[in-house]
Amino acid sequence: MATADLNKKPIVADPLAGVNFAQLEHSLRRPRTLMDFLLNALITLMTLSALIPLFSVVWMLALRGGRRLSVAVFTQLPPSALEAGGGFGNAIVGTLLMVGIAVLFTVPIGIMTAIYLAQNHHGKLAGVVRFAAKVLTGFPSILAGVFAYGAIVLATGGYSALAGAIALSILMLPTIVLTSEDAIRMVPSRMKEASIGLGATSTQTVWMVLLPTAIPGILTGVMLAVARAAGETAPLLFTALFSNYWLWVHGHAQLMRPTASLAVLIYNFAGMPFDNQVELAWAAALVLVLLVLAANLIGRSLSSQQNVQ
Amino acid sequence: MATNPVSPIDDDDQPAVANVVVDCQIRELYYGTFKAVRDTTIPVQKNSITAFIGPSGCGKSTVLRCINRMNDLVRGFRFEGQIRFRGRDIYEPAIDPVAVRRFIGMVFQQPNPFATSIFNNVAFGLRLNGYKGNKADKVEQALRGAALWEEVKDKLHKSGLSLSGGQQQRLCIARAIATEPEVLLMDEPCSALDPIATRKIEELMLELRKKYTIAIVTHNLQQAQRVADYTGFLYVDTTEGGRTGYLVEFGESKQLFNSPQHKHTQDYIRGEFS
Repeated sequence: MATADLNKKPIVADPLAGVNFAQLEHSLRRPRTLMDFLLNALITLMTLSALIPLFSVVWMLALRGGRRLSVAVFTQLPPSALEAGGGFGNAIVGTLLMVGIAVLFTVPIGIMTAIYLAQNHHGKLAGVVRFAAKVLTGFPSILAGVFAYGAIVLATGGYSALAGAIALSILMLPTIVLTSEDAIRMVPSRMKEASIGLGATSTQTVWMVLLPTAIPGILTGVMLAVARAAGETAPLLFTALFSNYWLWVHGHAQLMRPTASLAVLIYNFAGMPFDNQVELAWAAALVLVLLVLAANLIGRSLSSQQNVQ
Repeated sequence: MATNPVSPIDDDDQPAVANVVVDCQIRELYYGTFKAVRDTTIPVQKNSITAFIGPSGCGKSTVLRCINRMNDLVRGFRFEGQIRFRGRDIYEPAIDPVAVRRFIGMVFQQPNPFATSIFNNVAFGLRLNGYKGNKADKVEQALRGAALWEEVKDKLHKSGLSLSGGQQQRLCIARAIATEPEVLLMDEPCSALDPIATRKIEELMLELRKKYTIAIVTHNLQQAQRVADYTGFLYVDTTEGGRTGYLVEFGESKQLFNSPQHKHTQDYIRGEFS
Protein backbone atom coordinates (compact mmCIF):
# COMPACT_ATOMS: atom_id res chain seq x y z
CA MET A 1 0.00 0.00 0.00
CA ALA A 2 2.67 2.46 1.00
CA THR A 3 4.68 1.78 -2.12
CA ALA A 4 1.73 2.53 -4.39
CA ASP A 5 1.22 5.88 -2.66
CA LEU A 6 4.85 6.77 -3.13
CA ASN A 7 4.60 6.17 -6.86
CA LYS A 8 1.71 8.62 -7.17
CA LYS A 9 3.51 11.48 -5.41
CA PRO A 10 5.31 14.18 -7.45
CA ILE A 11 9.07 13.95 -7.86
CA VAL A 12 9.73 16.68 -5.27
CA ALA A 13 8.46 14.50 -2.45
CA ASP A 14 11.11 11.90 -3.13
CA PRO A 15 14.37 13.15 -1.54
CA LEU A 16 16.46 10.82 -3.62
CA ALA A 17 15.40 12.27 -6.97
CA GLY A 18 16.86 15.52 -8.31
CA VAL A 19 15.29 18.77 -7.19
CA ASN A 20 13.04 20.49 -9.71
CA PHE A 21 14.94 23.70 -10.35
CA ALA A 22 12.05 25.24 -12.25
CA GLN A 23 10.36 25.65 -8.91
CA LEU A 24 13.33 27.55 -7.50
CA GLU A 25 13.61 30.13 -10.27
CA HIS A 26 12.05 33.59 -10.34
CA SER A 27 8.59 33.54 -11.80
CA LEU A 28 6.00 36.21 -12.02
CA ARG A 29 3.40 33.57 -12.57
CA ARG A 30 3.28 32.86 -8.87
CA PRO A 31 0.67 35.09 -7.21
CA ARG A 32 2.94 35.98 -4.28
CA THR A 33 5.80 37.04 -6.49
CA LEU A 34 3.51 39.05 -8.73
CA MET A 35 1.99 40.84 -5.76
CA ASP A 36 5.43 41.57 -4.33
CA PHE A 37 6.62 43.01 -7.62
CA LEU A 38 3.50 45.14 -8.14
CA LEU A 39 3.58 46.59 -4.65
CA ASN A 40 7.29 47.42 -4.87
CA ALA A 41 6.67 49.09 -8.21
CA LEU A 42 3.80 51.04 -6.70
CA ILE A 43 5.93 52.20 -3.78
CA THR A 44 8.66 53.38 -6.13
CA LEU A 45 6.10 55.19 -8.27
CA MET A 46 4.61 56.96 -5.27
CA THR A 47 8.05 58.02 -4.06
CA LEU A 48 8.87 59.51 -7.43
CA SER A 49 5.53 61.33 -7.44
CA ALA A 50 6.32 62.78 -4.03
CA LEU A 51 9.57 64.12 -5.40
CA ILE A 52 7.88 65.82 -8.35
CA PRO A 53 6.54 68.87 -6.47
CA LEU A 54 9.89 69.36 -4.76
CA PHE A 55 11.97 69.22 -7.88
CA SER A 56 9.52 71.17 -10.02
CA VAL A 57 9.52 73.99 -7.47
CA VAL A 58 13.30 74.04 -7.33
CA TRP A 59 13.48 73.91 -11.12
CA MET A 60 10.97 76.73 -11.51
CA LEU A 61 12.81 78.86 -8.98
CA ALA A 62 16.16 78.23 -10.61
CA LEU A 63 14.75 79.08 -14.03
CA ARG A 64 12.70 82.17 -13.22
CA GLY A 65 14.75 83.45 -10.33
CA GLY A 66 18.18 82.62 -11.66
CA ARG A 67 17.66 84.97 -14.56
CA ARG A 68 17.56 87.97 -12.28
CA LEU A 69 20.23 86.91 -9.81
CA SER A 70 23.22 89.26 -9.80
CA VAL A 71 25.40 91.29 -7.49
CA ALA A 72 22.96 94.18 -7.80
CA VAL A 73 20.31 92.11 -6.08
CA PHE A 74 22.42 91.96 -2.94
CA THR A 75 23.56 95.56 -2.89
CA GLN A 76 20.61 97.60 -4.01
CA LEU A 77 17.36 98.69 -2.45
CA PRO A 78 13.90 97.69 -3.68
CA PRO A 79 12.74 99.69 -6.68
CA SER A 80 9.52 101.68 -6.59
CA ALA A 81 6.76 101.30 -9.17
CA LEU A 82 7.86 101.72 -12.77
CA GLU A 83 11.50 101.95 -11.70
CA ALA A 84 13.94 99.60 -13.38
CA GLY A 85 16.72 97.65 -11.78
CA GLY A 86 17.02 97.54 -8.00
CA GLY A 87 17.56 94.65 -5.64
CA PHE A 88 16.61 93.47 -2.19
CA GLY A 89 19.81 93.61 -0.19
CA ASN A 90 17.99 95.12 2.77
CA ALA A 91 15.47 92.28 2.76
CA ILE A 92 18.24 89.70 2.95
CA VAL A 93 19.83 91.57 5.84
CA GLY A 94 16.46 91.90 7.52
CA THR A 95 15.65 88.22 7.30
CA LEU A 96 19.10 87.22 8.53
CA LEU A 97 18.87 89.70 11.38
CA MET A 98 15.42 88.75 12.60
CA VAL A 99 16.04 85.03 12.34
CA GLY A 100 19.40 85.54 14.04
CA ILE A 101 17.83 87.39 16.97
CA ALA A 102 15.13 84.73 17.22
CA VAL A 103 17.83 82.06 17.38
CA LEU A 104 19.60 83.96 20.16
CA PHE A 105 16.35 83.97 22.15
CA THR A 106 15.09 80.47 21.46
CA VAL A 107 18.21 78.29 21.49
CA PRO A 108 19.29 78.93 25.11
CA ILE A 109 15.74 78.88 26.43
CA GLY A 110 14.84 75.88 24.29
CA ILE A 111 17.86 73.80 25.31
CA MET A 112 17.46 74.57 28.99
CA THR A 113 13.80 73.60 28.78
CA ALA A 114 14.74 70.42 26.96
CA ILE A 115 17.25 69.57 29.71
CA TYR A 116 14.54 70.04 32.32
CA LEU A 117 12.09 67.90 30.36
CA ALA A 118 14.65 65.15 29.82
CA GLN A 119 15.63 65.03 33.47
CA ASN A 120 12.11 65.24 34.88
CA HIS A 121 10.55 63.21 32.15
CA HIS A 122 7.63 61.92 34.17
CA GLY A 123 7.03 65.03 36.25
CA LYS A 124 3.78 66.96 36.27
CA LEU A 125 5.23 70.28 35.19
CA ALA A 126 7.22 68.49 32.50
CA GLY A 127 4.04 66.91 31.21
CA VAL A 128 2.30 70.26 31.00
CA VAL A 129 5.24 71.93 29.26
CA ARG A 130 5.61 69.11 26.77
CA PHE A 131 1.90 69.19 25.95
CA ALA A 132 1.99 72.95 25.50
CA ALA A 133 4.99 72.66 23.19
CA LYS A 134 3.28 70.01 21.08
CA VAL A 135 0.15 72.14 20.74
CA LEU A 136 2.21 75.20 19.87
CA THR A 137 4.00 73.45 16.99
CA GLY A 138 0.72 73.77 15.13
CA PHE A 139 0.16 77.34 16.19
CA PRO A 140 -1.08 79.45 13.26
CA SER A 141 1.76 81.78 12.39
CA ILE A 142 -0.55 84.73 11.91
CA LEU A 143 -1.57 84.46 15.54
CA ALA A 144 2.06 84.65 16.56
CA GLY A 145 2.18 87.91 14.61
CA VAL A 146 -0.96 89.23 16.22
CA PHE A 147 0.36 88.35 19.66
CA ALA A 148 3.66 90.09 19.03
CA TYR A 149 1.72 93.06 17.68
CA GLY A 150 -0.20 93.40 20.92
CA ALA A 151 2.71 92.63 23.18
CA ILE A 152 5.55 94.51 21.50
CA VAL A 153 4.38 96.81 18.72
CA LEU A 154 1.64 98.48 20.74
CA ALA A 155 3.83 98.59 23.83
CA THR A 156 6.83 100.10 22.09
CA GLY A 157 4.79 102.30 19.79
CA GLY A 158 5.96 101.05 16.41
CA TYR A 159 6.84 98.26 14.06
CA SER A 160 10.30 96.87 14.62
CA ALA A 161 12.74 94.10 13.82
CA LEU A 162 12.63 93.12 17.46
CA ALA A 163 8.90 92.51 17.33
CA GLY A 164 9.40 90.46 14.20
CA ALA A 165 12.10 88.42 15.90
CA ILE A 166 9.86 87.76 18.87
CA ALA A 167 7.03 86.61 16.63
CA LEU A 168 9.43 84.22 14.92
CA SER A 169 10.68 83.00 18.30
CA ILE A 170 7.16 81.92 19.26
CA LEU A 171 7.13 79.75 16.16
CA MET A 172 10.64 78.36 16.65
CA LEU A 173 10.64 77.57 20.34
CA PRO A 174 8.32 74.53 20.43
CA THR A 175 10.26 72.75 17.69
CA ILE A 176 13.60 73.39 19.37
CA VAL A 177 12.32 72.24 22.76
CA LEU A 178 10.82 69.01 21.47
CA THR A 179 13.65 67.97 19.15
CA SER A 180 16.28 68.85 21.75
CA GLU A 181 14.53 66.81 24.40
CA ASP A 182 14.44 63.84 22.02
CA ALA A 183 18.10 64.32 21.16
CA ILE A 184 19.09 64.36 24.83
CA ARG A 185 17.00 61.32 25.67
CA MET A 186 18.49 59.42 22.75
CA VAL A 187 21.96 59.57 24.26
CA PRO A 188 22.50 55.93 25.25
CA SER A 189 21.66 55.51 28.90
CA ARG A 190 24.83 53.52 29.42
CA MET A 191 26.81 56.75 28.89
CA LYS A 192 24.75 58.48 31.51
CA GLU A 193 25.36 55.54 33.86
CA ALA A 194 29.08 55.70 33.18
CA SER A 195 29.12 59.37 34.07
CA ILE A 196 27.17 58.87 37.29
CA GLY A 197 29.39 55.92 38.14
CA LEU A 198 32.44 58.15 37.88
CA GLY A 199 31.02 60.46 40.50
CA ALA A 200 29.52 63.19 38.34
CA THR A 201 26.62 65.24 39.65
CA SER A 202 23.54 65.27 37.45
CA THR A 203 24.45 68.77 36.26
CA GLN A 204 27.92 67.65 35.26
CA THR A 205 26.41 64.66 33.49
CA VAL A 206 24.12 66.93 31.49
CA TRP A 207 26.76 69.48 30.50
CA MET A 208 29.76 67.23 30.03
CA VAL A 209 28.17 64.12 28.55
CA LEU A 210 24.54 64.46 27.47
CA LEU A 211 24.63 67.82 25.72
CA PRO A 212 27.86 67.29 23.77
CA THR A 213 26.62 63.92 22.59
CA ALA A 214 23.19 65.29 21.70
CA ILE A 215 24.50 68.24 19.68
CA PRO A 216 23.82 66.69 16.24
CA GLY A 217 20.17 66.15 17.11
CA ILE A 218 19.85 69.57 18.70
CA LEU A 219 21.39 71.26 15.69
CA THR A 220 18.98 69.46 13.38
CA GLY A 221 16.09 70.79 15.44
CA VAL A 222 17.47 74.30 15.34
CA MET A 223 17.90 74.12 11.57
CA LEU A 224 14.33 72.90 11.16
CA ALA A 225 13.11 75.80 13.23
CA VAL A 226 15.27 78.29 11.32
CA ALA A 227 14.02 76.97 8.00
CA ARG A 228 10.45 77.49 9.10
CA ALA A 229 11.02 80.92 10.57
CA ALA A 230 12.93 82.26 7.58
CA GLY A 231 9.96 81.63 5.30
CA GLU A 232 7.17 82.98 7.48
CA THR A 233 5.31 85.98 6.09
CA ALA A 234 2.15 86.45 8.18
CA PRO A 235 3.81 87.17 11.52
CA LEU A 236 6.10 89.73 9.98
CA LEU A 237 3.21 91.64 8.41
CA PHE A 238 2.08 92.84 11.81
CA THR A 239 5.41 93.27 13.47
CA ALA A 240 8.22 94.21 11.17
CA LEU A 241 6.05 95.43 8.30
CA PHE A 242 8.43 96.41 5.53
CA SER A 243 11.01 99.00 4.66
CA ASN A 244 12.62 100.24 1.52
CA TYR A 245 15.74 101.35 3.27
CA TRP A 246 18.84 99.85 4.74
CA LEU A 247 18.90 98.84 8.39
CA TRP A 248 22.25 100.41 9.12
CA VAL A 249 21.89 104.12 9.57
CA HIS A 250 24.38 106.41 11.28
CA GLY A 251 26.64 103.47 12.07
CA HIS A 252 24.32 101.24 14.06
CA ALA A 253 21.54 98.79 13.31
CA GLN A 254 18.07 100.12 13.78
CA LEU A 255 16.26 97.35 15.56
CA MET A 256 13.24 99.39 16.52
CA ARG A 257 12.14 100.46 13.02
CA PRO A 258 10.11 98.64 10.38
CA THR A 259 12.35 96.10 8.71
CA ALA A 260 12.38 94.52 5.30
CA SER A 261 12.39 90.74 4.95
CA LEU A 262 12.56 88.34 2.04
CA ALA A 263 9.20 86.75 2.81
CA VAL A 264 7.32 90.05 2.94
CA LEU A 265 9.13 91.32 -0.14
CA ILE A 266 8.00 88.28 -2.10
CA TYR A 267 4.46 88.81 -0.80
CA ASN A 268 4.49 92.47 -1.81
CA PHE A 269 6.18 92.17 -5.19
CA ALA A 270 4.58 88.99 -6.47
CA GLY A 271 1.17 90.60 -6.77
CA MET A 272 2.34 93.81 -8.43
CA PRO A 273 1.52 94.48 -12.10
CA PHE A 274 5.11 95.38 -12.87
CA ASP A 275 7.43 92.87 -14.49
CA ASN A 276 10.49 94.27 -12.73
CA GLN A 277 9.01 93.62 -9.32
CA VAL A 278 7.73 90.19 -10.28
CA GLU A 279 11.15 89.16 -11.53
CA LEU A 280 12.69 90.40 -8.29
CA ALA A 281 10.14 88.34 -6.35
CA TRP A 282 11.28 85.20 -8.16
CA ALA A 283 14.89 86.02 -7.46
CA ALA A 284 14.08 86.66 -3.82
CA ALA A 285 12.31 83.30 -3.59
CA LEU A 286 15.39 81.59 -5.00
CA VAL A 287 17.65 83.41 -2.55
CA LEU A 288 15.42 82.41 0.33
CA VAL A 289 15.49 78.74 -0.65
CA LEU A 290 19.27 78.89 -1.06
CA LEU A 291 19.62 80.49 2.38
CA VAL A 292 17.60 77.74 4.00
CA LEU A 293 19.61 75.14 2.10
CA ALA A 294 22.86 76.73 3.26
CA ALA A 295 21.64 76.73 6.86
CA ASN A 296 20.82 73.05 6.61
CA LEU A 297 24.17 72.16 5.08
CA ILE A 298 26.10 74.13 7.68
CA GLY A 299 24.11 72.48 10.44
CA ARG A 300 24.73 69.02 9.06
CA SER A 301 28.45 69.55 8.54
CA LEU A 302 28.81 70.89 12.09
CA SER A 303 26.97 67.96 13.55
CA SER A 304 28.65 65.28 11.45
CA GLN A 305 31.89 65.95 13.31
CA GLN A 306 30.32 64.53 16.40
CA ASN A 307 28.63 61.42 15.12
CA VAL A 308 28.03 58.66 17.65
CA GLN A 309 29.26 55.62 15.79
CA MET B 1 52.59 36.07 56.80
CA ALA B 2 52.73 39.68 55.75
CA THR B 3 52.75 42.32 58.40
CA ASN B 4 52.56 45.28 56.06
CA PRO B 5 48.84 45.98 55.70
CA VAL B 6 49.29 47.09 52.11
CA SER B 7 51.27 44.07 51.00
CA PRO B 8 50.04 42.35 47.87
CA ILE B 9 48.75 38.84 48.02
CA ASP B 10 51.48 36.43 47.00
CA ASP B 11 50.97 33.25 45.06
CA ASP B 12 50.96 31.12 48.17
CA ASP B 13 47.49 32.56 48.68
CA GLN B 14 48.06 33.71 52.18
CA PRO B 15 45.72 36.69 52.35
CA ALA B 16 47.06 39.98 53.51
CA VAL B 17 46.21 41.14 57.00
CA ALA B 18 42.44 40.99 57.19
CA ASN B 19 41.46 44.50 56.26
CA VAL B 20 37.88 44.92 55.27
CA VAL B 21 37.42 47.95 53.06
CA VAL B 22 33.73 47.49 52.29
CA ASP B 23 31.51 45.63 54.68
CA CYS B 24 28.30 44.85 52.89
CA GLN B 25 25.43 43.91 55.22
CA ILE B 26 22.06 43.65 53.55
CA ARG B 27 19.12 42.43 55.59
CA GLU B 28 16.34 43.19 53.11
CA LEU B 29 16.44 45.01 49.78
CA TYR B 30 13.36 46.10 47.84
CA TYR B 31 12.56 47.57 44.46
CA GLY B 32 9.12 48.94 45.32
CA THR B 33 7.27 45.95 46.72
CA PHE B 34 9.55 43.39 45.10
CA LYS B 35 12.02 41.91 47.57
CA ALA B 36 15.15 41.44 45.56
CA VAL B 37 17.77 40.45 48.10
CA ARG B 38 17.84 39.26 51.69
CA ASP B 39 20.40 38.31 54.31
CA THR B 40 23.57 38.95 52.40
CA THR B 41 26.72 39.88 54.28
CA ILE B 42 29.93 40.13 52.31
CA PRO B 43 33.19 41.59 53.61
CA VAL B 44 35.41 42.89 50.83
CA GLN B 45 39.07 42.67 51.74
CA LYS B 46 41.63 45.26 50.78
CA ASN B 47 43.81 44.48 47.77
CA SER B 48 41.90 41.33 46.97
CA ILE B 49 39.44 40.25 44.33
CA THR B 50 36.04 39.23 45.67
CA ALA B 51 33.70 37.51 43.23
CA PHE B 52 29.92 37.23 43.42
CA ILE B 53 28.64 34.21 41.55
CA GLY B 54 25.23 32.66 41.19
CA PRO B 55 22.38 31.95 38.78
CA SER B 56 20.54 34.69 36.88
CA GLY B 57 18.34 36.92 38.95
CA CYS B 58 19.98 36.12 42.27
CA GLY B 59 20.81 39.71 43.00
CA LYS B 60 24.56 39.71 42.37
CA SER B 61 24.52 42.92 40.33
CA THR B 62 22.04 44.48 42.74
CA VAL B 63 24.36 43.89 45.65
CA LEU B 64 27.36 45.17 43.72
CA ARG B 65 25.56 48.31 42.67
CA CYS B 66 24.61 49.01 46.27
CA ILE B 67 28.24 49.43 47.13
CA ASN B 68 28.64 52.62 45.11
CA ARG B 69 25.06 53.75 45.51
CA MET B 70 24.20 53.23 41.85
CA ASN B 71 20.86 51.75 42.88
CA ASP B 72 19.83 55.22 44.00
CA LEU B 73 18.98 55.80 40.34
CA VAL B 74 16.30 53.10 40.41
CA ARG B 75 12.88 54.29 41.45
CA GLY B 76 11.45 52.47 44.41
CA PHE B 77 14.81 51.25 45.69
CA ARG B 78 15.23 50.88 49.44
CA PHE B 79 17.04 48.53 51.75
CA GLU B 80 17.55 47.70 55.37
CA GLY B 81 21.10 47.14 56.40
CA GLN B 82 24.39 48.90 56.06
CA ILE B 83 27.18 49.22 53.61
CA ARG B 84 30.24 50.26 55.53
CA PHE B 85 33.10 51.83 53.64
CA ARG B 86 36.14 52.21 55.87
CA GLY B 87 33.86 51.81 58.84
CA ARG B 88 31.30 54.47 57.89
CA ASP B 89 27.84 53.57 56.58
CA ILE B 90 27.58 55.18 53.14
CA TYR B 91 23.79 55.22 53.25
CA GLU B 92 23.70 57.67 56.14
CA PRO B 93 21.74 60.81 55.23
CA ALA B 94 24.85 62.94 55.70
CA ILE B 95 26.79 61.06 53.05
CA ASP B 96 26.80 62.43 49.49
CA PRO B 97 26.50 59.59 46.95
CA VAL B 98 28.41 61.61 44.38
CA ALA B 99 31.39 61.72 46.72
CA VAL B 100 31.12 58.00 47.42
CA ARG B 101 31.40 57.22 43.72
CA ARG B 102 34.71 59.01 43.50
CA PHE B 103 36.16 56.54 45.97
CA ILE B 104 34.36 53.52 44.62
CA GLY B 105 34.53 53.22 40.86
CA MET B 106 32.57 50.98 38.52
CA VAL B 107 33.08 49.18 35.24
CA PHE B 108 29.94 47.97 33.52
CA GLN B 109 28.99 44.91 31.53
CA GLN B 110 28.60 46.76 28.26
CA PRO B 111 31.65 48.90 27.50
CA ASN B 112 30.37 52.46 27.63
CA PRO B 113 33.00 55.00 26.59
CA PHE B 114 31.78 58.52 25.95
CA ALA B 115 31.39 59.82 22.40
CA THR B 116 34.59 61.81 22.64
CA SER B 117 38.31 61.23 22.19
CA ILE B 118 40.21 58.52 24.07
CA PHE B 119 42.11 61.22 25.92
CA ASN B 120 38.94 62.99 27.01
CA ASN B 121 37.39 59.73 28.10
CA VAL B 122 40.22 58.97 30.48
CA ALA B 123 40.55 62.59 31.60
CA PHE B 124 36.82 62.82 32.32
CA GLY B 125 37.14 61.94 35.97
CA LEU B 126 39.99 64.42 36.35
CA ARG B 127 37.90 67.19 34.84
CA LEU B 128 34.99 66.33 37.11
CA ASN B 129 37.10 67.01 40.15
CA GLY B 130 38.68 70.14 38.71
CA TYR B 131 42.15 68.65 38.50
CA LYS B 132 44.59 71.41 37.65
CA GLY B 133 47.75 69.42 37.15
CA ASN B 134 49.15 67.75 34.06
CA LYS B 135 46.29 65.69 32.72
CA ALA B 136 48.41 64.09 30.01
CA ASP B 137 50.59 62.38 32.60
CA LYS B 138 47.63 61.06 34.52
CA VAL B 139 46.00 59.84 31.33
CA GLU B 140 49.14 57.98 30.31
CA GLN B 141 49.43 56.49 33.78
CA ALA B 142 45.85 55.27 33.70
CA LEU B 143 46.15 53.87 30.18
CA ARG B 144 49.32 52.02 31.16
CA GLY B 145 47.57 50.72 34.23
CA ALA B 146 44.80 49.39 32.00
CA ALA B 147 47.30 47.78 29.59
CA LEU B 148 46.01 49.94 26.74
CA TRP B 149 48.73 52.59 26.37
CA GLU B 150 50.79 50.85 23.70
CA GLU B 151 47.75 50.31 21.52
CA VAL B 152 46.37 53.84 21.64
CA LYS B 153 49.29 56.15 22.41
CA ASP B 154 49.39 57.38 18.81
CA LYS B 155 45.69 57.99 18.51
CA LEU B 156 44.59 59.59 21.72
CA HIS B 157 42.49 62.07 19.78
CA LYS B 158 40.44 59.38 18.08
CA SER B 159 36.95 58.62 19.32
CA GLY B 160 36.69 56.12 22.13
CA LEU B 161 33.96 54.42 20.15
CA SER B 162 36.35 53.55 17.34
CA LEU B 163 38.09 50.90 19.46
CA SER B 164 37.24 47.21 19.51
CA GLY B 165 35.07 45.79 22.28
CA GLY B 166 37.96 44.56 24.41
CA GLN B 167 39.82 47.83 23.95
CA GLN B 168 36.71 49.82 24.85
CA GLN B 169 36.37 47.87 28.07
CA ARG B 170 40.01 48.51 28.92
CA LEU B 171 39.39 52.17 28.14
CA CYS B 172 36.52 52.11 30.63
CA ILE B 173 38.86 50.55 33.17
CA ALA B 174 41.46 53.25 32.48
CA ARG B 175 38.77 55.87 32.90
CA ALA B 176 37.75 54.35 36.21
CA ILE B 177 41.27 54.17 37.61
CA ALA B 178 42.38 57.59 36.38
CA THR B 179 41.11 59.15 39.59
CA GLU B 180 42.66 56.35 41.67
CA PRO B 181 39.62 55.17 43.59
CA GLU B 182 40.07 52.76 46.45
CA VAL B 183 37.63 50.17 45.26
CA LEU B 184 36.82 49.03 41.75
CA LEU B 185 33.49 47.33 41.15
CA MET B 186 33.17 45.29 37.98
CA ASP B 187 29.78 44.07 36.85
CA GLU B 188 30.37 41.12 34.50
CA PRO B 189 33.12 43.07 32.75
CA CYS B 190 33.97 40.32 30.28
CA SER B 191 30.60 38.90 29.33
CA ALA B 192 30.39 41.04 26.19
CA LEU B 193 33.94 40.16 25.10
CA ASP B 194 35.64 37.37 23.20
CA PRO B 195 37.87 34.87 25.07
CA ILE B 196 41.15 36.58 24.18
CA ALA B 197 39.95 39.98 25.35
CA THR B 198 38.57 38.28 28.46
CA ARG B 199 41.94 36.77 29.23
CA LYS B 200 43.62 40.15 28.89
CA ILE B 201 41.21 41.75 31.29
CA GLU B 202 41.63 38.93 33.80
CA GLU B 203 45.38 39.41 33.73
CA LEU B 204 44.76 43.10 34.17
CA MET B 205 42.61 42.44 37.20
CA LEU B 206 45.36 40.43 38.85
CA GLU B 207 47.72 43.37 38.30
CA LEU B 208 45.23 45.97 39.48
CA ARG B 209 44.65 44.01 42.66
CA LYS B 210 48.00 45.21 43.93
CA LYS B 211 46.81 48.78 44.02
CA TYR B 212 43.03 48.57 44.24
CA THR B 213 40.38 46.47 45.92
CA ILE B 214 38.22 44.72 43.39
CA ALA B 215 34.74 43.24 43.59
CA ILE B 216 33.46 41.46 40.54
CA VAL B 217 30.18 39.90 39.50
CA THR B 218 30.59 37.04 37.08
CA HIS B 219 28.57 34.16 35.78
CA ASN B 220 31.74 32.52 34.52
CA LEU B 221 32.80 30.03 37.18
CA GLN B 222 36.20 29.43 35.63
CA GLN B 223 36.84 33.16 35.69
CA ALA B 224 36.00 33.29 39.38
CA GLN B 225 38.34 30.40 40.03
CA ARG B 226 41.10 32.03 38.02
CA VAL B 227 41.06 35.51 39.51
CA ALA B 228 39.09 35.68 42.74
CA ASP B 229 40.63 35.41 46.20
CA TYR B 230 37.22 35.27 47.86
CA THR B 231 33.95 34.14 46.36
CA GLY B 232 30.37 34.56 47.48
CA PHE B 233 27.70 32.29 46.05
CA LEU B 234 24.19 33.76 45.87
CA TYR B 235 21.07 31.80 45.10
CA VAL B 236 17.39 32.51 44.51
CA ASP B 237 14.82 31.86 47.19
CA THR B 238 11.40 31.17 45.71
CA THR B 239 9.76 29.85 48.87
CA GLU B 240 7.76 33.00 49.51
CA GLY B 241 6.38 33.24 46.00
CA GLY B 242 8.82 35.83 44.71
CA ARG B 243 12.43 35.59 43.62
CA THR B 244 14.63 36.82 46.41
CA GLY B 245 18.38 36.48 46.24
CA TYR B 246 20.46 35.59 49.27
CA LEU B 247 24.00 34.66 50.12
CA VAL B 248 24.40 30.92 50.48
CA GLU B 249 28.11 30.63 51.08
CA PHE B 250 31.16 32.86 51.23
CA GLY B 251 34.80 32.10 51.69
CA GLU B 252 38.19 31.79 50.11
CA SER B 253 37.78 30.73 46.49
CA LYS B 254 39.97 27.65 46.73
CA GLN B 255 37.92 26.34 49.57
CA LEU B 256 34.54 27.22 48.04
CA PHE B 257 35.30 25.59 44.73
CA ASN B 258 37.10 22.53 46.07
CA SER B 259 34.86 21.74 48.99
CA PRO B 260 31.61 23.69 48.96
CA GLN B 261 29.57 23.26 52.10
CA HIS B 262 26.00 23.77 50.91
CA LYS B 263 24.10 21.61 48.48
CA HIS B 264 23.07 24.55 46.27
CA THR B 265 26.71 25.58 45.95
CA GLN B 266 27.74 22.05 45.09
CA ASP B 267 25.00 21.77 42.46
CA TYR B 268 25.87 25.12 40.89
CA ILE B 269 29.57 24.49 40.74
CA ARG B 270 29.05 21.08 39.25
CA GLY B 271 26.82 22.66 36.62
CA GLU B 272 23.50 21.17 37.64
CA PHE B 273 21.86 24.49 36.94
CA SER B 274 22.82 27.95 35.94
